[in-house]
Amino acid sequence: MAGLATKFGSGAMTNSVEGISRNKALFVIGSNTTENHPIIALRMKEAVARGAQLIVADPRRIPLVKFATLWLRHRPGTDSALLNAMMQVIIAEGLEDKDFIAARTEGFAEFAESLVKFTPEFAEEVTGVPAEDIRRAARIYAGAENAGIYYAMGITQHTMGTNNVMAVGNLAMLTGNLGKDAAGVNPLRGQNNVQGACDMGCLPDVYPGYQKVALPAVQAKFEKAWGKALSPRPGLTASEMTGAMLEGKLRGLYIFGENPALSDPNMAHSIKAFNALDFLVVQDIFMTETAELADVVLPSASFAEKNGTFTCSERRVQRVRAAVSPPGQARDDLSIIHAVCSRIDPAAATSSAAPAEIFAEVAALWPNMAGMGYDRLDGDGLQWPCPTADNPGTPFLFKDSFPREGGKAVFSVVPHVLSDELPDSEYPFVLTTGRELFHYHTGTMTRKSKGLDAVAHEPFIEINPSDAVGLGIKDAEMLTVSSRRGAIRLKARVSDIVPAKVVFIPFHYKEAAANMLTSDALDPICKIMEAKVCAVRVEKAAA
Amino acid sequence: MINLTIDDKKIEAPDGATVLEAARLARIDIPTLCHDPRMKPFGACRLCIVEIGGLPRPVTSCTTPATEGMVVVTTNSKLERLRKTTVELLLSDHPNDCMVCIQAGQCSLQELAYRYGLRENRFKGAVRQHNRVDNNPFIMREQDKCVLCGLCVRVCDEVEGVAAIGFANRGFESDICPPFKKDLDCEFCGQCVAVCPTGALSGKMWAGQPRLEQTRSTETTCTYCGCGCNLTLHTHADKVVRVTSRPDNHNRGWLCVKGRFGYEFIASPERLTTPLIRRQKGGPLEPAGWDETLDLVASRLTAIRDQHGADAVAGLASARCTNEENYLFQKMFRAGIGTNNVDHCARY
Ligand code: SF4
Ligand code: SF4
Ligand code: SF4
Ligand code: FES
Repeated sequence: MAGLATKFGSGAMTNSVEGISRNKALFVIGSNTTENHPIIALRMKEAVARGAQLIVADPRRIPLVKFATLWLRHRPGTDSALLNAMMQVIIAEGLEDKDFIAARTEGFAEFAESLVKFTPEFAEEVTGVPAEDIRRAARIYAGAENAGIYYAMGITQHTMGTNNVMAVGNLAMLTGNLGKDAAGVNPLRGQNNVQGACDMGCLPDVYPGYQKVALPAVQAKFEKAWGKALSPRPGLTASEMTGAMLEGKLRGLYIFGENPALSDPNMAHSIKAFNALDFLVVQDIFMTETAELADVVLPSASFAEKNGTFTCSERRVQRVRAAVSPPGQARDDLSIIHAVCSRIDPAAATSSAAPAEIFAEVAALWPNMAGMGYDRLDGDGLQWPCPTADNPGTPFLFKDSFPREGGKAVFSVVPHVLSDELPDSEYPFVLTTGRELFHYHTGTMTRKSKGLDAVAHEPFIEINPSDAVGLGIKDAEMLTVSSRRGAIRLKARVSDIVPAKVVFIPFHYKEAAANMLTSDALDPICKIMEAKVCAVRVEKAAA
Repeated sequence: MINLTIDDKKIEAPDGATVLEAARLARIDIPTLCHDPRMKPFGACRLCIVEIGGLPRPVTSCTTPATEGMVVVTTNSKLERLRKTTVELLLSDHPNDCMVCIQAGQCSLQELAYRYGLRENRFKGAVRQHNRVDNNPFIMREQDKCVLCGLCVRVCDEVEGVAAIGFANRGFESDICPPFKKDLDCEFCGQCVAVCPTGALSGKMWAGQPRLEQTRSTETTCTYCGCGCNLTLHTHADKVVRVTSRPDNHNRGWLCVKGRFGYEFIASPERLTTPLIRRQKGGPLEPAGWDETLDLVASRLTAIRDQHGADAVAGLASARCTNEENYLFQKMFRAGIGTNNVDHCARY
């Protein structure tokens, strides 16, 4: 999460799930929380039941709208204009938290200046949300004693995802909703251990604990700890790897526990890239679309067959424990990686493949986890930062200062940028993609669970009734949906969940993979691909 | 703080506590059937009755606020007689099915029948018959085992915010109508199943599998989303047969449909069970031994590095796997291969 890390010095969820029920106002943008984070959504519903005001900003009529005080149905890809206009109102009406801004932030003057042109009337034109609703949203959010912002892939998977996140951060800073209980800026992580994978340094520019590979002092620290010379050059991001494979610069790839051949935007392009490799290793529990392309497939263990830890959205490190044995000759991922690593270079491997010992090695390298060990992780686990063995963990961040030089959070100017690909006469619809309640990611696990597959067993495209009439489409009719990159066939679901001229496809289904259509235009800063918005054409499928 | 006396014990209870909560804090047992501390008190079953000094009749302790100086009696022969009658009435139209009921051993009603030694029933009468066929893959309903505690209705409304269940009819014909009368709204979270004190609601996938008491429990964390719910995996003969969640954890025992019912993939016959090698480009993937496979992976990756440089090799880690695995994976690339080309596919 490049956006938040720049502003605050940390990109994680600032507050805790438990505190959500104590929010006085909630602003949910780009997160279909009830379907994607159902248990976090329970706390939101609880807050509403206790009298909190809920603002939902989403182009789709997501289930949470039912509980909302105010629903802002902005056009896909116009999040930052909406956010900027809310902040323009807050400043124009003097609702900002002046003490917080003076004491704990920097860069306010220039930032305030940049908002002047984002009047609610201007934003109404861009976003389609009535100016008066934007004013109301600003007053609700800024007027609450403590208010939390919640967002997910809906605002990050854009070419301007980093800008959106920056804008969300600005909003919380402007109103002093940071460094206190039951408030904050809260990215909800899509997969169970996104937070942990980032924390552990599975990012090309940082070692575990977000310690930068390009800093000589950090490099020296890890060279000493690992006893090996290390490269000072940041590596390629996942999305940059695709290009490097096609150019022949990247020749060997080892993928574990992911299925990018189905989950990457612009799938056809990614598959071509995997095929261009000299050697592809895939380690997984099923023969995924990616594994089909591999030179070697390593059978590994499911979460129920191994020991270790996951770190959930709220920075909570929790134990995972083996309950059954892996099938056949499958092995747990840790022993496999340890065996490969020992063969590549025994000096680089950890002394054993025991999870508790590896955890201890991490704790010694990252102060935020220094106070954790398996002996402390029974029950609910611990939330980092947890610097010492008697520290109870940290429910919310930035109480006294921000982990940046100078200790302050910085406002960022967020310019008005449009989505990379806008609808035109040839591709007149805006496609957004996402998840549905019953499936998870590429469906590798959920589609092999009978019950889940039975209640949600086929791909569909949501289309507004007025568009359906215009195209002469009936509910459940087969449609062809095409973009500049590819075409898929799937069933129509005529519904006013989506607004006119916008269509929605869940990305779990390989037989009509939404990512055949989506774009791989990159956010220039954090290199997330624009999976959320692209232009498509919709027509009846040829029989 | 409120000071009160329960069964001759002096007790301090926090402000706002009910008599039942105060008693439980002092580890005094009062039987309940319709109570769950995660929901609002309901006062339906009348098992939690107590006598309070100065009041003419017993009151339900789950709905009565504790007050300063209150004197409470939770058990005497009159209270126990009343409770016993309540249980007898419940059993009077309950099928005598414990032998084959999935809830046996976990059932609150069975426990009460045992406690009050109820074998014969004075009120034997018509047993309600309103089972119907439900076309959903998750929730099994045996309505004749329902004791009308209302927990399922309340959890769906108060906690889940869905209100897919309601009460239909009144009196003897009262009927809980879960998911299926308002089918479309149900999210199949199974919260209703988890709170049902009897065998009236259960998981369809659990049928014919060992009962809970025959299983081994393992505490772990859900593999699906970033909520990080705590799960208890119940296993039998090396197979996960049920998933539950403890009410005292950070997700308060609530789960979604994926966490509660999405476990069949673990034992799927489609799982990969042996290493596979593609011996020539375009050829098939063929089974191979571990040693051969691991040697091949290490030698090919190092060969590419030696020929084209460390940055010609890369790794994609997993937002689905553990911290330890991810740590060792990036270490293998950084310290073993010598490149920072390591990322994971889901940066969100
Ligand atoms: S499964 Fe969940 S949504 Fe459905 S009736 Fe039960 S509590 Fe309500
Ligand atoms: S179905 Fe179960 S939870 Fe619902 S009212 Fe009947 S006994 Fe109570
Ligand atoms: S049970 Fe559902 S909400 Fe909880 S972590 Fe699993 S997938 Fe997420
Ligand atoms: S527990 Fe008090 S009436 Fe049921």
